[in-house]
Amino acid sequence: MTTTELPPPANAAVDLSGDPRRQRRERLMGVVFGVAAGVSLLISALILLSLFSKGWRFFAEVDWGTVFGSDNWAPRSGEFSIATLLVGSVVVTGVAMVVAGPLGLGAAIYLAEYARPRVRRTLKPILEVLAGVPSVVLGFFALRWVAPNVVGTLFGEEAGRGGSMLAAGIGVGILTVPLVASVSEDAMRAVPDTLRQASAGLGARKMTTSLRVVVPAAVSGIVAALILAVSRALGETMVVYIAGGAADQAQFVVDPRESTLTMTAAMASLASGSDQVTGSGLAVASLYFLGIVLFAFTLGLNVIGNRVVRKYRQVY
Amino acid sequence: MAFTTIGETGTAAAQGAVAQALRGSRVDVRGKVFEYALLACLLVSLLVLAALIASILGDGSGVYAERGYDFLDGGLSRRPARAGISQGIVGSVWIAVTVAVVAFPLGIGAAVYLEEYAPRNRLTAFIELNIRNLAGVPSVVYGLLGLAIFVDALGGFYGKAGVQRSTLAAAGMTLAVLVLPVMIITTQEALRAVPGELRDAAYGVGSTRWEVIRKIVLPYAAPGIFTGALLSIARAIGEAAPLIVVGAVTFTTSGAGLDLANVFDPGHLEGRFTALPMIISTWSKAPQPEFKVDLAAGTILAMLAFVLLVNSVAIVLRNRFEKKRTG
Repeated sequence: MTTTELPPPANAAVDLSGDPRRQRRERLMGVVFGVAAGVSLLISALILLSLFSKGWRFFAEVDWGTVFGSDNWAPRSGEFSIATLLVGSVVVTGVAMVVAGPLGLGAAIYLAEYARPRVRRTLKPILEVLAGVPSVVLGFFALRWVAPNVVGTLFGEEAGRGGSMLAAGIGVGILTVPLVASVSEDAMRAVPDTLRQASAGLGARKMTTSLRVVVPAAVSGIVAALILAVSRALGETMVVYIAGGAADQAQFVVDPRESTLTMTAAMASLASGSDQVTGSGLAVASLYFLGIVLFAFTLGLNVIGNRVVRKYRQVY
Repeated sequence: MAFTTIGETGTAAAQGAVAQALRGSRVDVRGKVFEYALLACLLVSLLVLAALIASILGDGSGVYAERGYDFLDGGLSRRPARAGISQGIVGSVWIAVTVAVVAFPLGIGAAVYLEEYAPRNRLTAFIELNIRNLAGVPSVVYGLLGLAIFVDALGGFYGKAGVQRSTLAAAGMTLAVLVLPVMIITTQEALRAVPGELRDAAYGVGSTRWEVIRKIVLPYAAPGIFTGALLSIARAIGEAAPLIVVGAVTFTTSGAGLDLANVFDPGHLEGRFTALPMIISTWSKAPQPEFKVDLAAGTILAMLAFVLLVNSVAIVLRNRFEKKRTG
């Protein structure tokens, strides 16, 4: 990287090129590392290949009337209402962002602007532990604790008895708080101190400085954090599968207190139930169809999010 | 932040007096409320973590008090009183082994290429972008990749001809591929932290690039790489969604060959499988309260213990390498 090999001088008195075995090994290792890097490209290609090679049958054979006209997702009996799942995903993601947005941003502003170094050093790792909790564990927690204690308290015991979009959404929200907090904290810490000093010099209070100077200066990073969190929430499977309250099939509902399937939970339901992914007709193909839709959405969001992250890094 | 220039000349009391004089007699109520609201946001997240731990300990410790080792050693069963998680432990151990064998060399190799060899051109930029995007692909989509590619490929390798089988090897490969982008990114960060002077010095005494990497760069970056590697394993152990799609077994008696006495028998790789997160997900959705609450939480405790064990190994190894580096 930092050195380039010099061409040997025309009439070299001494041969400086060294042991040929060393050189051969040198070239070999370059190839080995290059191949390893190439594997990542291969994986992307294989993802696309597997999605489309198994999913094309759905596009070719499905009765599109059941995809856009029906309001029932029941793949084993041939009803593929994609709107049901999209609305499920949007509602769960919406609830998750209502939880993770304020909590994550509040925590980020506190850590970046208010916390003393010692407090920051203790609290931040604990937040990182939360980020490392496996999503099945949060699914269990959402069903066992969030549903009765949060949903039940808000909407009556009956609503909190089993899983619902609300319980699942809160669970997903808890999962994305650390992501929102850490990406937006990075963005706020990247804001130069001179801006804060200028604001204080004009007589602004700390709250005014935080809200009117630091947050606007870091806004692209904060937006990126929220975009990445939405993408993460859309792709989150286990929390919704366990705490979403529906199995195998779902009807079109918008009320978050109801139970339904999201795209991801529908995939997990399709794949489980029996020991193998089986089913009549297009059930298996619909699994890949959902994969394609989900992949397209999350990829789009990630590309935008990552681009925004890089943009603000270049500014400061 | 850096507003404390007065502090250099005055005492704390004087500072307070100055602040008071500047502010007047009014107390900045809104500012204080705002600060406490922010702190509350952070504390709520931490309280949720505490509630999570308390709830799982409360639900899950009972099964260990009642049945102890029997729960870890038992097999999957439809009867809650007999059900145990030995097959899940074996499955998770082998998933961790497969991830270590497949994802570590590939991840480290790719990171070394990108940081030490790759020319700064469009292809390199594309590979980097591709890895970042792969890291954001939902885990359930990796499950589809595993089902379509690895189950078919390895099923033909292990199974009878033409019979599609979901094997533990296929699941391990799927999770290895899932954690690969994270592995590459964390290794790249570790390699970037190696001071350029060390490389230059090694080149200066005539090392080839590979020698610089092997003797200087990798040893220096080892603590960071190890941390990334073990975080990847922890992530893989906790993932359930890809396993569901790849076709983990939920209720079976066919896994009788799996038991804790021969955990490390590689023959497990050829068979049908389950894993701890898979068992948790199935039991959490079961209708019987014994499965849904006690056994699911008990399995969560076992899985978290496993993850914790991996993380402590990470810390021990990192400390050893750090000592070597400074000593």
